[in-house]
Amino acid sequence: MLHFFEVLGVWLAALFTFAIYSFLYKDNPFYKVAEQIFVGLSAGYWFIYTVYSILIPNLFLPLSEDFTGNWIKMIPAVLGIMMLLRLIPSIDWVSRYPVAFVIGTTSGVFFLRYLKSDVINQMTATMINPFTGGDWVVVIGQLLLVVGTITGVIYFYFSKKHEGAFGVTAKIGIYFLMVSFGAAFGYTAMARISLLIGRLQFLLGDWLGIIGH
Amino acid sequence: MSAHKQIDRRWIFLLIFICVALPLIFVIGLPIETTENSRLVYDLVQNTPPGSKVILSFDYDPGSKPELHPMATAVMKNCLERNVKVIITALWPMGVQMAEEIHEELKTEYPQMEYGVDYVNLGFKAGGMVTVQAMGKSFRTIFPTDLNGTSINELPIMNGVKNFDNIAFVCSFSAGDPGIKQWVQITHDTFGKPVTGGVTGVSAPAVLPYVNEQQQLTGLLAGLKGAAEYEFMVKKPGTATSGMDAQSIAHLLIIIFIAIGNINYWRNKKKEAKGGE
Repeated sequence: MLHFFEVLGVWLAALFTFAIYSFLYKDNPFYKVAEQIFVGLSAGYWFIYTVYSILIPNLFLPLSEDFTGNWIKMIPAVLGIMMLLRLIPSIDWVSRYPVAFVIGTTSGVFFLRYLKSDVINQMTATMINPFTGGDWVVVIGQLLLVVGTITGVIYFYFSKKHEGAFGVTAKIGIYFLMVSFGAAFGYTAMARISLLIGRLQFLLGDWLGIIGH
Repeated sequence: MSAHKQIDRRWIFLLIFICVALPLIFVIGLPIETTENSRLVYDLVQNTPPGSKVILSFDYDPGSKPELHPMATAVMKNCLERNVKVIITALWPMGVQMAEEIHEELKTEYPQMEYGVDYVNLGFKAGGMVTVQAMGKSFRTIFPTDLNGTSINELPIMNGVKNFDNIAFVCSFSAGDPGIKQWVQITHDTFGKPVTGGVTGVSAPAVLPYVNEQQQLTGLLAGLKGAAEYEFMVKKPGTATSGMDAQSIAHLLIIIFIAIGNINYWRNKKKEAKGGE
């Protein structure tokens, strides 16, 4: 029986894969059905997962087993209920308080972390002597890092008109930005092809058995 | 072909499909060259003394499985072969299932490895950055039990593990947020522990700046290529290695189409300059 359901699962996965890819030919009912099933299943899965993996172990069980030791968990529980009051138009204003609390807390927590990791440490990593390095390849790389960072930042400085030496520097910054966007596009293309490879490995391997794992 | 005539994009999709499918069936075996970023990850694992404890965080779901699963498998195998003890966590709910899939595979490949002694799956915890921060202070507060509900006090692998001080490094396989960024910001930048990992191709450009002089990240496996490089270095070819032929051929085709598009563009421009159609 287990084998039957495994085979059924593989066949369903294969058919849904084709249904989703059929959109590349044109929009069609097979694609729409697969899309709706995917969205419905995802929503159902997330709802159950949230209840069983987050709410029950982190809130309901601690409160029911030892309320005195865990009463503090009532605060997020009440904030959560307040958030849901958004569904009742007459008192939807109550939900603004938990939203404000979330935004404020997130800002506070993230501010220091991002300031240290994304500003100070990144700046420190750029403040190097580009001429120290093992060979000329490293030196060129470090020079490009320093020049690219400075010119890139200059391009995003809009309080001064981009003309003269400032304009030339900003233009060099544009070229660095274009190269970085190109690299990002290359990575994105690689990622999309990788997903196709993953699906084809499933179709040719698990479904048709043409290729091994 | 008229300069203005465009190729129906469905032909391009079909060609890409064929170019990806054929190399998967008829393996070419194109050489895989390793990059510095991937070697740094490998060296970190290789230089970790046997018996050390490391955290592998599965911060992805099936949507990123083709890229991240092969690298997670290869890194985990490498750790276990070197007798480095693996503590599995997940900042993404589905990451737990991803780790369990590898666990099932390893059961047959490494029957001598014992759950709770050589590796453990602590499961998923919601909270992202806040969770990682709390783990840095006390593991037991965040993970009182493992995935199966066993108290971590009963698991030999967790003996002496109080916080990040007792961990050699953290390796995150990350498809987005929360993920490797949070591990870098807390584990490395706050607690000073080495962080490494792998990311999807899409997120690689945003994460690569952390591989810097400050060693916020010790190397990075980027996309399927990174996974194939790691498989190559540990001499355990897997799905990433077999996929690299298809990846290379598909990229070649994309480059050809980009060249054709540009030639067409310049021809159009030339024609318009001459007052043509």
